[in-house]
Amino acid sequence: MSRAAITDLYRIDDLLSEEERAIRDTVARFIDKEYLPIVGKHFRNGTFPMELVPQLADMGVFGATLKGYGCAGLSNVAYGLILQELERGDSGLRSFASVQSSLCMFPIHAYGNEEQKQRFLPGMAAGKLIGCFGLTEPDYGSDPGGMVTRARKSGDEWVLNGSKMWITNGTIADVAIVWAKVDGGGAESIKGFLVEKGMPGYVAKEIHGKFSLRASFTAELAFQDVRVPAKNVLPGVTGLKGPLSCLNKARMGIGFAAMGAAVACFEGAREYALERKTFGKPIAGFQLTQEKLADMLQEIVKGQLLALRLARLADEHGKVSPEQVSLCKRNNVKVALEIARVARSIYGANGITDEYPPVRHMLNLESVYTYEGTHEVHTLILGKAITGLNAFGN
Amino acid sequence: MPLKILVTAKRVEDSESKIKVDAAGTGIVKEGLKYKINPFDEIGVEEALRLVAKHGGEVVVVSVGTKDVHEQLRHALAMGANKAVWVHHDGPIDQLGIAGCLQKVVEKEKPDLCILGKQAIDDDQGQVGQYLAEWLGWAQATFASKEESLESEAEKAKTPAIQLAADGKSITVIREVDGGLLTVSSPLPAVATTELRLNQPRYASLPGIMKAKSKPIEELTPAGLGVDVGVKLTVTKLAPPPARKAGIKVPDVATLVDKLKNEAKAL
Ligand SMILES: Cc1cc2nc3c(=O)[nH]c(=O)nc-3n(C[C@H](O)[C@H](O)[C@H](O)COP(=O)(O)OP(=O)(O)OC[C@H]3O[C@@H](n4cnc5c(N)ncnc54)[C@H](O)[C@@H]3O)c2cc1C
Repeated sequence: MSRAAITDLYRIDDLLSEEERAIRDTVARFIDKEYLPIVGKHFRNGTFPMELVPQLADMGVFGATLKGYGCAGLSNVAYGLILQELERGDSGLRSFASVQSSLCMFPIHAYGNEEQKQRFLPGMAAGKLIGCFGLTEPDYGSDPGGMVTRARKSGDEWVLNGSKMWITNGTIADVAIVWAKVDGGGAESIKGFLVEKGMPGYVAKEIHGKFSLRASFTAELAFQDVRVPAKNVLPGVTGLKGPLSCLNKARMGIGFAAMGAAVACFEGAREYALERKTFGKPIAGFQLTQEKLADMLQEIVKGQLLALRLARLADEHGKVSPEQVSLCKRNNVKVALEIARVARSIYGANGITDEYPPVRHMLNLESVYTYEGTHEVHTLILGKAITGLNAFGN
Repeated sequence: MPLKILVTAKRVEDSESKIKVDAAGTGIVKEGLKYKINPFDEIGVEEALRLVAKHGGEVVVVSVGTKDVHEQLRHALAMGANKAVWVHHDGPIDQLGIAGCLQKVVEKEKPDLCILGKQAIDDDQGQVGQYLAEWLGWAQATFASKEESLESEAEKAKTPAIQLAADGKSITVIREVDGGLLTVSSPLPAVATTELRLNQPRYASLPGIMKAKSKPIEELTPAGLGVDVGVKLTVTKLAPPPARKAGIKVPDVATLVDKLKNEAKAL
């Protein structure tokens, strides 16, 4: 699809370096040529495009911000732009990259020992080893501190029991990063376990019946007396800080990603509105349609600036605070979802089929609204930062 | 036998841009256009990278034009070319001028092989490779293609289609000719020009894009090279293709068949 010049009304391009633009455009070309032609088929069949993984790995997409171990060592801005383009294709592909990079490779890089880094990171960067991140449980989503999955020390091993739910890539993962409480401890005792495919007692089962993120695998993981060797425990972190720091990384990328979906919906709807005629003229010529398009563009410009500023803060200061991340995730996913819905309406009946992208993005964004911290949870994080008062639970 | 290969990277309008003829009727409206590397040149870069991956050596990429061509040179460097030569020229230039500059760069760089696009997708002149070979006195293998499809295993393994002899002194090139393939062999040095089916260019790796920034771009000028770039060939008229007529909707299959038969005479 040719990109509409109007989408970059504020010349946000000028705020990017030549390399950042080249990186974005390379991934954009990849998506246009390799993914958009087949995305409908994958979404319809509920399959993930594994055929694209080697090419994405060759390009250096996985673990792109990490240094060494075969990783690209790119900035947070470059990484965000990559995710924006992946999501313009489909959230399923972008989710794969987020999970592999921010939720799996990042904690191994940050909290693993040298042996673990050598064992996993080069293979994961090459797309030969796939990771998944197990935090959410059937009864604990927004409050992961309540988790009931536990590991008990037994000689040189840990014995893991419990289950994880809604785990992206679960059924195709070679290694699952499973967060569990240890011995009799509470949330402060949480540790990360590298559970490998084939370990006795570990099963991953695909979750069926999804209307959202259909071109992505989502699983339930069960652990029954899984014996995990001590060398598979991440030594560098204890407590909720471990998983939450990974999520902080991933959520930053989601601010960009949501704008990718929004741009796909906006540009598609604009093109459609210019061609579709009712009452003898293009629907783009009616004020009501123009208002829809104007609202979309306005939110895209704002959202892209937010995401860019957030990633620049991360690049300049080495980190960003959870509330900085919350504001961007909360805003961008919400407006992207609204844009997808309004775009859907511009397509009329055509908009409800998978022949056109908006309903697919709309359905996907319902997941994005809920995962990586629900919209409401981000409201509470901001609320606490603003007032100093904690409105989570008691 | 390590090979030194010289490739080109012409800056052309992106084929996805909407092209409009300008008011004078001899050029196009430049506003809002996007540019990219000539796809035939990109195929040349890819082939050169595959050859040096197999045999060792280096790839030098050349472009003639304004500072904007740095974007195309960086594209080739990001794909993996080792260094770039920019022949800085701001005014109009024709194929004779470009080939003249390339000849001088070749005499300076002394490559074993030059791979150029068989044409550029902007003006489709298809002259530069031939001039270059002629003036260098080298053999030329135009329209290089291959037998395997772009979906083949050989293509996936990034196998070069241009074959280098065991002694490193000659190449074999499969050429696309009307309705078939013609295999030719030529001693090195030589010039080859690329056909679309020669290969599927790689996506630049993202670290490659970052590394391209620090790879050298040497600046030369036609005057410095002693090349007269006075334009001999000028465009006198540019006309868009005739506009397509709007389609029509037919109520049913019978009408469609009738119209195909009697109006379009397609059946
Ligand atoms: C497609 C998909 C993929 C996913 N992939 C992963 C993965 O790879 N790894 C992983 O660990 N998890 C994953 N998740 C899980 C996701 O992170 C959780 O769904 C999310 O954290 C919400 O948890 P929950 O579904 O249990 O909802 P709940 O926590 O039960 O929340 C239900 C509703 O109540 C609201 N709510 C909860 N608490 C409060 C409060 N204190 N105040 C106000 N409102 C509140 C929520 O905002 C929400 O609207 C995935 C989810 C989806 C849909």
